[in-house]
Amino acid sequence: MFTSCLTVGAWESLMSVVTAKAEPDPGQQTAGRARARFWDREAPLAYLFMIPGLLILLLFMGYPFFLGIYLSLTDKMVGFADFSFVGLENYQLLLDDPVFHRTVANTLIYSFVTVPFKLVLGLGLALVLNQTFRFSRFVRAGLLLPWIVPTAISSLAWLMLFDSVLSPVSWVLKDWGVIQSNINFLGDRWNAISAICVANVWRGLPFFAISILAGLQAVAPELHEAAALDGANAWQRFVAVTLPTIRNIILITTLFSIIFTFSDFQLIYVLTKGGPASSTHVFGTYAYQTMGFSALGQAAAIALSMLPFLAIFAAILLREIRKED
Amino acid sequence: MVGSNVLTQRLLKLWLPLLLYGVFLLFPFAWMLIVSLKPDQLLLDTRRNPFALTSVTLNNYRYLLTETEFPRWIWNTMVVTVGATLLSLACSILIGYALGRFQFRGGNTIGIAIFLLYLVPPTLLFIPLSQIVAGFKLYNTYWSLILVYPTFLIPFASWLLMGYFRTISKELEDAALVDGATRLRAMTQIVLPLAIPGVLSAAIFCFTLSWNEFLYALVLMGSGDMKTVPVGVVSDLIKADVYFWGALMAAGILGSVPVAAAYAFLVDNYVSGLTAGATKG
Repeated sequence: MFTSCLTVGAWESLMSVVTAKAEPDPGQQTAGRARARFWDREAPLAYLFMIPGLLILLLFMGYPFFLGIYLSLTDKMVGFADFSFVGLENYQLLLDDPVFHRTVANTLIYSFVTVPFKLVLGLGLALVLNQTFRFSRFVRAGLLLPWIVPTAISSLAWLMLFDSVLSPVSWVLKDWGVIQSNINFLGDRWNAISAICVANVWRGLPFFAISILAGLQAVAPELHEAAALDGANAWQRFVAVTLPTIRNIILITTLFSIIFTFSDFQLIYVLTKGGPASSTHVFGTYAYQTMGFSALGQAAAIALSMLPFLAIFAAILLREIRKED
Repeated sequence: MVGSNVLTQRLLKLWLPLLLYGVFLLFPFAWMLIVSLKPDQLLLDTRRNPFALTSVTLNNYRYLLTETEFPRWIWNTMVVTVGATLLSLACSILIGYALGRFQFRGGNTIGIAIFLLYLVPPTLLFIPLSQIVAGFKLYNTYWSLILVYPTFLIPFASWLLMGYFRTISKELEDAALVDGATRLRAMTQIVLPLAIPGVLSAAIFCFTLSWNEFLYALVLMGSGDMKTVPVGVVSDLIKADVYFWGALMAAGILGSVPVAAAYAFLVDNYVSGLTAGATKG
């Protein structure tokens, strides 16, 4: 969801908040203390304004977070009122659970292996789109589609492209004589993981492209001209002028992408449901499947196991964003 | 001579890569369209070229719209999306205004906390949330998603609007206050109209994100005829091992249209206007 679909405008605006240097408001500084009193009176109003939103966040985000921690420490089953506190038992079970080990490995592979592809291809697309050409708006909008449409729906297209009987990819390769029989894309663990990664790169590439494009447009043309006058070729200019300007946007985009991919659900749910034989699960699908077996406490523990990873990614991201300020 | 060189350059640096990216990025959509228009006997004949549309039918669309719950799913998604978007906008405008234009103790900390909430994924919370929603007797009602979606819409929309409100000059508002306008009047009649482009982006953002959401919709509103489009398509059009490919792909096309349209509606604003403002820093 989430994972996929920020709209471009929203994303660019966020980038603007991120990249805009916090310039101190001169009026505020000079007016100094006399004015501080006036601003102080805004505090009650500010808190009042935030109440409705914070209430929703507290009720449907804060509460479930702590309830989740509590549930993960119990043996609660769906449909049974009675349950007891079992301490860390659910987590201990995970330590010995081969499916969980594979789930962790899959999620990490899925989040990190796809990054270089999205990054390089996204950077390439951004550089191509950064030229002026006719219909550029139309082309941009079209190429962003993978990122805009619902992932559950585009994953259905991939489901068919990866079908063991009807896949047009298999048909073409057979027609060319590259393979003898259809590829079983989703029937084997590594095939399936590769297929999932391809679909993920497809979906995430435009997100990288549009973020980097926003950064490219901040590169001062004068710098390029000056470098060109000094005899730098295109590659040297790219490394010396362009890259330093977009470095942070690339870093921040990458971190966002890792976080979203790490917590993905729908793409894997639609393509493999974690199969074959529970070999392609990520945290989300494994927790969902476990909840389906009515083991609520255990499922909560699986979902919460994402937390340390997410916390690390978020901490690095926050540090990068603050560095920008 | 020179002219043809420029043309070759242009071809190599622009149109050729665009073509390659286009093929990769748009192929799944083209495939969806082809399959949705294909008669079943053509589709299942694996000896034929799968890309050839020798005859075209709208049967899949007709089946989807008359024999399945698809129209109902569209309606459900609409209700939830509009509800969640309006609620999130109201809350986010207030938060964005407070964080962007008021100075108060804790403002920065709250801003960062809200940003961090944006990074909390539904996969982390859906299990306890299903219990809470059931506890509030909201399971399988529109209200479940209308109230839950703002948890991921508000953080981002508030941040977006906070940034936008900051770009609007304080002098304008101060002048109105000096002239005797109340704070509320200055806000609704001076600042808010100026912030409309920002509010619109936030609205589009909320709309597409709500339309596309899957996990919460599956867990909180996924039963009977209450399903949203993505959930309905994935769970009802795939029965065990029977795939209604034609109808599935038709649903994919129709289900993508609203977001693509919403997005195209503001694409000019996005890429030109906001970026120009965005990259000044």
